Amino acid sequence: MTFVLENISLSVGQETVIDDVSLTLGRGSMNVLLGPTLSGKTTLMRLMAGLDRPTTGRLIEDDLDVTSIPVRRRSVAMVYQQFINYPSLTVYENIASPLRVAGVDRAEIETRVKEAARLLRLDNLLQRLPAQLSGGQQQRTAIARALVKRAKLVLLDEPLANLDYKLREELREELPRIFVETGAVLVYATTEPTEALLLAGTTITLHQGRVTQVGPTARVYRRPENIEAARVFSDPPLNEFVIEKHGPLVTLEGGRNLPLVGALSRLPDGVYRLGFRADAVAVGDGKSQGLNFPGEVKVTELSGSESFVHVDVGIGVWVCLAPGVHEWQPGAQVEARVDANRVFVFDSSGGLATTPFIAQTA
Amino acid sequence: MNGKPINNRAWLFVLPVLAFVLFSSIIPVMTVVNYSIQDTMGVNNFFWNGDAWFRDLLNPSTAIGARFNDALFRTLAFSLVCLVIEAPLGIAIALCIPRTGWLVGLTLVVVALPMLIPWNVVGTIWQIFTRADIGLFGAALTGLGLHYNVTQDPISAWTTIVVIDVWHWTPLVILLSYAGLRAIPDAFYQAAQIDGASRWAIFFNIELPKLQKVLVIAVLLRFMQTFMIYTEPFVVTGGGPGSATTFLSIDLVKIALGQVDLGNAGAMSLVYYLITLTVCWIFFTIMTQLERRGDV
Amino acid sequence: MAQITLDGIAHAYGGKPRSEQDYALKPLHHVWEQGMAYALLGPSGCGKTTLLNIISGLVIPSEGRLLFDDKDVTHLPTKERNIAQVFQFPVIYDTMTVAENLAFPLKNRKLPRAAIERRVTEIAAMLDLTSVLNRRARGLTADAKQKISLGRGLVRSDVSAVLFDEPLTVIDPALKWELRSKLKAVHRALDLLMIYVTHDQIEALTFADRVVVMNDGKAVQIGTPDDLFERPEHTFVGYFIGSPGMNLMPAKVLGSRALVDGAELQLGAVYPEPPKGQRVQIGVRPEYTELSSMAGVPVQVRRVADLGRKRLAYVTLGGQPIVATIPPEMSSIGDQAKVVFDPARTHVYVDDIRVTGAAP
Repeated sequence: MTFVLENISLSVGQETVIDDVSLTLGRGSMNVLLGPTLSGKTTLMRLMAGLDRPTTGRLIEDDLDVTSIPVRRRSVAMVYQQFINYPSLTVYENIASPLRVAGVDRAEIETRVKEAARLLRLDNLLQRLPAQLSGGQQQRTAIARALVKRAKLVLLDEPLANLDYKLREELREELPRIFVETGAVLVYATTEPTEALLLAGTTITLHQGRVTQVGPTARVYRRPENIEAARVFSDPPLNEFVIEKHGPLVTLEGGRNLPLVGALSRLPDGVYRLGFRADAVAVGDGKSQGLNFPGEVKVTELSGSESFVHVDVGIGVWVCLAPGVHEWQPGAQVEARVDANRVFVFDSSGGLATTPFIAQTA
Repeated sequence: MNGKPINNRAWLFVLPVLAFVLFSSIIPVMTVVNYSIQDTMGVNNFFWNGDAWFRDLLNPSTAIGARFNDALFRTLAFSLVCLVIEAPLGIAIALCIPRTGWLVGLTLVVVALPMLIPWNVVGTIWQIFTRADIGLFGAALTGLGLHYNVTQDPISAWTTIVVIDVWHWTPLVILLSYAGLRAIPDAFYQAAQIDGASRWAIFFNIELPKLQKVLVIAVLLRFMQTFMIYTEPFVVTGGGPGSATTFLSIDLVKIALGQVDLGNAGAMSLVYYLITLTVCWIFFTIMTQLERRGDV
Repeated sequence: MAQITLDGIAHAYGGKPRSEQDYALKPLHHVWEQGMAYALLGPSGCGKTTLLNIISGLVIPSEGRLLFDDKDVTHLPTKERNIAQVFQFPVIYDTMTVAENLAFPLKNRKLPRAAIERRVTEIAAMLDLTSVLNRRARGLTADAKQKISLGRGLVRSDVSAVLFDEPLTVIDPALKWELRSKLKAVHRALDLLMIYVTHDQIEALTFADRVVVMNDGKAVQIGTPDDLFERPEHTFVGYFIGSPGMNLMPAKVLGSRALVDGAELQLGAVYPEPPKGQRVQIGVRPEYTELSSMAGVPVQVRRVADLGRKRLAYVTLGGQPIVATIPPEMSSIGDQAKVVFDPARTHVYVDDIRVTGAAP
């Protein structure tokens, strides 16, 4: 099934909550809605499901206009952040519930429920009540219930957000595999860039109810078309600074001049905002491309295999990623060397002016 | 324009209710409106009177106006007194009920008992209870040397009605407050412990603010009920002595059924109704303001 | 206070434990030192919050003693322990301004006005709350409210330990970074003992000097982030730390070689023969497992994940699923590839416990 959103907008009172969203979601596709909290992800998913009516725009399923069809008659399944199960029904009954409502016969229900339970590793928990399950098991029950419906559109609203880190990793790997076989259109909402990257497929970045970019996940990551898409797709947060270019002169706020390197050399005159991720700036040694900023270390955060150094360079505090474990003491004077080949340059309207970033082939 | 997806079958379920509401509420109200603009004693004699009843009613210098004014004032005073006693008392008792354990269920049931008794039975119980000769309450008070006579002393009558209402309805405030208190997460109490807060500080800074919404509902409900009070004063004091406990509803019934002055009664009940509606609207606005401000 | 000692602390909810299963927290001995930042890391139900609540006094342990320096505080009420706690969701007093919130603990302890004001200003400056000091606490964002919760803990100068119970749960991912580095900065500035409970290993590893990895009521390993990453003593630690976790493969160990599903791996040390009937596994982290097109153990490539700054390959060695890092130079990856393990970072686990070998 191909699912199309055509100029969907939603206004509540004076406020525009969803602003002119048009998307085409193909059969069996994984679509990630990436955006911060309150950017409209849940609202958009509710519009897609038919739980809310859009103020303008149409929803089209395989050339059929389904905008005014109530959600009960649509082929939709939804999984929420809070593990929502019927508390008085066993796991088996929970998973079977949509089939019972649809009037499927007993034998068929048993086959489908057992299959969903097997895929989500709930086989020996079928007689338990949700209250007797762990968080991860409850969420898997909710997912099984969505799976067994064989819905054409499956919406997952930050389904792993309330789970432990490790459970998230495991389920995140399993989810796409489980649903892809049904040929359904999957829409997965998340706030975490890493999740989007791991789920791959197509990423749709949202900012305040507007779609800021759509495309294959890796491409959106490497070539954000505007600063909002770049910001939402960066963890640690995007490091930024503003420059003004006047002929051969590139000046920073504060007056310092920068050399005309890399992408900067090809820009027309004007004011630009440069953004770069933590892995595009090295502390201490590293290739000197000329974009060096002296600064003071505020804090170093070590994870097992990487170090995140927070450096105050005067015009801001940047997060720099150093491979391996290096502890810089707070107060240490260091140099942050920005790789000019991995900088995104945005013009004053927020659009991508240029980037010398060469996309890696995978 | 584009509302929720419409399902017409749902209206079929609503029709019986609509019919019922029509017959039990709307049509009677329209009848009252009809009375209020006519001069009538019922049956088939109707003489058009326009808004004369209303003008008389709201003018304190006319007989009916003065009477209405007095009754209104009495009722408002009664509501205020009851609220001032019941709200703090209800919260105080709710604070004493334990949060966990088997005692909780038992306590809540015992606390709720007064609310379960039919209202005229409440009136009758207290009527006997307050008798100076055989009633426990009456006998005890006179035994203590206090001058207590429900039928003849206005102060005794007032006190009695207030006590009845407090006994009867404080449990509502208790239950609502208890529910509100139980909704406060443990972490707040733990943090207060760590901060070294005294019991009073915990009450003022954590419990009371978090009870705001519950209290607004409780106050609204209690105001409406006390404003409409009828059965208890009717059974216990009959509105007396004199007109000491003649509240609006009692007066209304006297005029409508006693004097069969349906025009005046109609006007009076409409005004009465509008006052209650206005108060409800005020509370509703307060509650939505509280919701909009929101909290974590 | 220079240290907190856990002397055989154990806890069973309900009081009468009949078997080891009934313990939410199994007997634990540990000394926490002042000025250090500790993290209690583990999955839900591992006992970390129970342990935290025992230290803060919200739970009285069913067994063992808790000592602050040499003083037995096991039954001492929370008010009298010099600790502060920050909860999962911000706990603030709605009716007060930020300044009044911060001043509250000091007012309750009857400090003079001037001293209170001075301390509030100091802590507000440290937490970047100066600009909102006179605003109602209720209307602020979640991360500002958490800072206020923290500030209330720090404002008392007699506080010697600050306990955190998953404090970043309700914070927006973008702001988590800022708040985390702020916590670390505060730790440096105030030389306090800080104990941080979390199930997120990034939070634990970036915040703490020492991490206590817990599972099922037990402390599985206590060490620096480096120790836990490079030398996990238990397979659970290997699995739980690192994203993705350690690759674990059943193997046969013969001296300095290991046989995994027929393929031979080189080990960094010489290992004695493990006793019969015990489970032997090889553990190597994906960071030290590299995909290669030339030499190495043949594997089937199931999936490639592009994480921006690194790429991972999900492969199978024989029947065993493992994860390998893809070197940046490698451009095209087919269905078949080879994998190289770093012998120095390859560990041997017998019955889930790490075994050290002799130098070759």
